[in-house]
Amino acid sequence: MSIEIRNITKSFGSFQALKGIDLTIGSGELVALLGPSGCGKTTLLRIIAGLEAADSGQILFHGEDTTHRHVRERRVGFVFQHYALFRHMSVFENVAFGLRVRPRGQRPPEAEIRRRVQELLELVQLDWLADRHPGQLSGGQRQRIALARALAVEPKVLLLDEPFGALDAKVRKDLRRWLRRLHDGLHITSVFVTHDQEEALEVADRVVVLNAGQIEQVGSADEVYDHPATPFVCQFIGDVNLFHGRVHGGRALIGETVIELPDIAESDTEQALFFARPHEIEIGGDGAGIVAVVRDIRRRGNAVRVELERKDGRGAVEAELSREAFGRHAIKHGDEVVIQPSKIRVFQP
Amino acid sequence: MYKSPDKLPLDHGLPESNEHMRTYRQHGVLPGFPLALGFTLLYLSLIVLVPLSATFLKSATLGWSGFFEAVTTPRVLASYKLTFGAALAAAAINAVMGLLVAWVLVRYEFPGRKLADALVDLPFALPTAVAGIALATLYSSKGWIGQFAAQAGFKIAFTPLGVTIALTFIGLPFVVRTVQPILEDLERELEEAAASLGATRWQTFLKVILPTISPALMTGFALAFARGVGEYGSVIFIAGNIPLVSEITPLLIITKLEQYDYAGATALAVSMLLVSFTLLLAINLLQWWTRNRRGSRV
Repeated sequence: MSIEIRNITKSFGSFQALKGIDLTIGSGELVALLGPSGCGKTTLLRIIAGLEAADSGQILFHGEDTTHRHVRERRVGFVFQHYALFRHMSVFENVAFGLRVRPRGQRPPEAEIRRRVQELLELVQLDWLADRHPGQLSGGQRQRIALARALAVEPKVLLLDEPFGALDAKVRKDLRRWLRRLHDGLHITSVFVTHDQEEALEVADRVVVLNAGQIEQVGSADEVYDHPATPFVCQFIGDVNLFHGRVHGGRALIGETVIELPDIAESDTEQALFFARPHEIEIGGDGAGIVAVVRDIRRRGNAVRVELERKDGRGAVEAELSREAFGRHAIKHGDEVVIQPSKIRVFQP
Repeated sequence: MYKSPDKLPLDHGLPESNEHMRTYRQHGVLPGFPLALGFTLLYLSLIVLVPLSATFLKSATLGWSGFFEAVTTPRVLASYKLTFGAALAAAAINAVMGLLVAWVLVRYEFPGRKLADALVDLPFALPTAVAGIALATLYSSKGWIGQFAAQAGFKIAFTPLGVTIALTFIGLPFVVRTVQPILEDLERELEEAAASLGATRWQTFLKVILPTISPALMTGFALAFARGVGEYGSVIFIAGNIPLVSEITPLLIITKLEQYDYAGATALAVSMLLVSFTLLLAINLLQWWTRNRRGSRV
């Protein structure tokens, strides 16, 4: 089941939450809507589900216009950040809910309901909790039950709103890998919302980066990380250092420093933004570079993060070195070093 | 149907147990448990237990047979039927209508909402006699509302129906004020989840909303009922106090007091107390049962 989103706009009072969103999600894809809070990602998800009505635009499921169809008839499975389990029902009854509320003619017989619920509980590996109540479960268990409940109605589309947002870091990591594998087994078109770029990059087939109600970039995890389309994407996905400067004759000029731009054929401009990720900053290379003072050194597992202050007073730079490289350079706090981006991305306004 | 992916790397196991070791002495950030408990018991004794005990003691002067005789005359039995029947009926009406009022006040924005909200408390604040006179005037066969009933061929004032109306009036705030905060806390997501699973509005209400608010609704019902049983001021005017027809038990107690039959009056009071206590206990048990049924309280 593919989803087509055509020119969706939505305002809340004077606040424009979505400014004309166009997006096509292929059948069986797992897509992440990624963006900072307030970027409109949850609103978009709720509009796809039919929980919210768009001001204008269309939503098509498999080429069929569902814009004005009630959420009840859209056959979407929706998973909420805070689970939204029915607390007065047992885990079993929660999962069975979608089957029990069907009109009498379509309702499966009791034995069939039992079999299906049992199957789903096994799928989320919680069949031993069938008789518990949601209040007796941990957060991760609750979210898996919520997922089983959503799958019980055999939805054509699965929508997840920050599904791991309320869980602690370790559980979150396990659960998102598990979700990925679950999706590989089910092949159900899925969209999930997250503000956690790591989560989006790890789980999704494609990442949709949203900012201020607009799509900044759509692409695979590698694409958005390695070839960010806009300065926003560059800054939002992963850590990054920003330099101001200009481009002249195929070279980047940052202050007094000249950096060759070998594989980028940029036209000359008076103003340009340069981005380099921390691991792309080299310290102590010979030749020209930006002079900076070491301000802080922090070890993070096998990597060492060095925080530097530019001598020309134009802000801080963060570099990431391997332990070996760090040992080679013998940098210490207060040292004056020359830094050089080994790779740089150029954005011209 | 679906195939499960391989095992989760680690199962997150059981959550921390919700059961606390129950000891009489509980540790917390606020100290003073023995003092607080002692004071509470003393206070409850002074305010509730001592007056009630006095009632029991006074009625005991009648002896068993005297007591039994006093509380089972036809006139008294008819008054029980009216008092408890009307109080139950009024509480039931309030449970339905009060829920509706609370729902509208919580869920909808409309001009005058704050005013409507304040209006709910009026039955609390109004001196009951004032309410009684107003109701009697409105519902008498010449009153604004009563005249239509008279045209339709039935009477409201001076009948059990009138009594029920008075008790409904007096009990409304109890239901609205107990249900309102629960409705405000009700997660919208529960309704959205139900809808996304294919539930109709009616199913969502019956299977999701009602079970969630039912403990509060039952509390409101119990409070409205208890208030209705003890109500005097607002009822006696509209009731007309016709023996065997529209005479409530509290009025019989007053009548006995006016005849200096203190023991007889307390005997009636004790019998009312016992019935009320039994009914309230039953409601509490029902609440406890529903709460237990859904496992631990969250």
